[in-house]
Amino acid sequence: MTNAALPLSAPGTPAARPVRRRFGWGWLGIVPFLLFAFLFLIAPTAYLVVGSFQNAKGALTLENFQQLFSPAIIATYGNSIEISLVTALAGGIFGFLLAYAVISGGLPGILRSALMTFSGVASNFAGVPLALAFIFTLGRVGLFTIFMRTVLGVDLYAGDFSLYTKLGLEIVYLYFQFPLMVLIIAPAIDGLKKDWREAAENMGASSFQYWRHVALPILMPSLLGTMILLFGNSFGAQATAYQLTGGFIDIVTIAISRQMRGDVLYDPNLGYALAMGMVVIMAISITAYSLLQRRSERWLK
Amino acid sequence: MKYAARIGWWLVFIIGVLYFFIPLYGTLDFSLKSKPFLSAYTAILNDSQFVSTLTYSFVAGILTIIVSVLIIVPTAFWVRLKYPGLRPIIEFITLLPFVIPPIILVFGLDNTYGHQPLALTNSDNGLNVLLVAAYVILSFPYMYRAVDTGLRAIDIQSLTEASQSLGAGWIRILWQVILPNLRTSLLSGAFLTLAIVVGEFTIATFLSRPAFAPFLGLVGDERPYEQAALALVSFGITWVAMILIAVIGRNSRSRIRVTVG
Repeated sequence: MTNAALPLSAPGTPAARPVRRRFGWGWLGIVPFLLFAFLFLIAPTAYLVVGSFQNAKGALTLENFQQLFSPAIIATYGNSIEISLVTALAGGIFGFLLAYAVISGGLPGILRSALMTFSGVASNFAGVPLALAFIFTLGRVGLFTIFMRTVLGVDLYAGDFSLYTKLGLEIVYLYFQFPLMVLIIAPAIDGLKKDWREAAENMGASSFQYWRHVALPILMPSLLGTMILLFGNSFGAQATAYQLTGGFIDIVTIAISRQMRGDVLYDPNLGYALAMGMVVIMAISITAYSLLQRRSERWLK
Repeated sequence: MKYAARIGWWLVFIIGVLYFFIPLYGTLDFSLKSKPFLSAYTAILNDSQFVSTLTYSFVAGILTIIVSVLIIVPTAFWVRLKYPGLRPIIEFITLLPFVIPPIILVFGLDNTYGHQPLALTNSDNGLNVLLVAAYVILSFPYMYRAVDTGLRAIDIQSLTEASQSLGAGWIRILWQVILPNLRTSLLSGAFLTLAIVVGEFTIATFLSRPAFAPFLGLVGDERPYEQAALALVSFGITWVAMILIAVIGRNSRSRIRVTVG
């Protein structure tokens, strides 16, 4: 990630450049890209933006955004934010430990490339098959559930636990969250120089002091930035939740799906506003990520 | 390294491995419960819908890759060669799919192209166009990054000038000089795109396309063993794509970053 957050410094129009003398039509090379992005990315998003400021009759209004602050919708956003926070934190911490274990934990080198490859797979293994895999494992008659009951005598479903709730969804999301953390944080851990540790130890620092005063401060922007990215990753996920709960969990992406399906309480303009709220949260997290990422490059080169 | 610490790191690693493999094992175990042995697998192979949806998704993936390459390569090339000032804008646009998740993208597309002047949602072909277009947008972050890293590794300035002095036009330069030099980056980007497209559920569902992931979601209640088998097939496809990317990456200087990182 370089600069999602860079201010858009629009340079002079191509026509004004001296280059034009030799390559009169060279700039046409980027026209297809801009046109395509406009048609299938910018215009559809703009449609939602405009729609979110209109009522059913097409008149200008802020009503849709006021409705976002109704208790029901705040609860929906709250659930999405909670799930994203929990999985970003848990996935981030565990992913970091895992990456550190194979890079600097003294484990055989071959485990590192194995972990990297399967993190690549797992971070892309979201959606329907992932939800199914967990249903077959942690569902009422799943392998793990039955193993716990018959072998260890623990009935997972005796209490409040169910795979089809917030907690269940969090367990499932972690499956792609911590591998993503491993992939992104590994280069940062690689960047921790051995000299720093040795220098710290020479001056009598304990392992704790080394982490507290050297390693963690250096890693902090990367850690924080990547966890924010995980937050966005989980916030925007739809397919996994949809398949796991059959569309019966109260999170933003599912609420938008319901609006699209034209279910009860159908109100397209409110749907657009829901979408806008989501885009704003995603934009904030991606921007924060890219700022922190650039900050971390100061030490880790 | 202290002994105790090393045991701790092993423990972390083992928990990770368990988290990764238990759900897969659970799925495999379930798929093998069908009687007679392996019948879930023979059943899906004989299921015409399995073949047709998987073919549909592969074709969509390949079209996506072709369109994406045709759009991204000239763009990345011109930006590097002539208009480095446009770089922030182009990068910003290619990263937008991370801000606008698939559910929002398909919501917007469905509304924008649901009526005149461009009512694409009224016909199968129109919907197919929208599907591939949306996938091309999803591929932008990966493709642009892959191509841009690839271009950094070769001296496009000299290559372009040399070709021009030999009388080559722009199309020829791109097709015969730049593209072959980008082979490894393009392959990584292509396999990643293919894996994403074949597993994509949200956009395909809301455009009601007969793609693989929606089919997998619907096989459902009456055929659970087959559903488990299909989930493993889907996992296998991702796995193969990632291994190919790793193999390609190992043989080249330019490595594609799978993430936004």
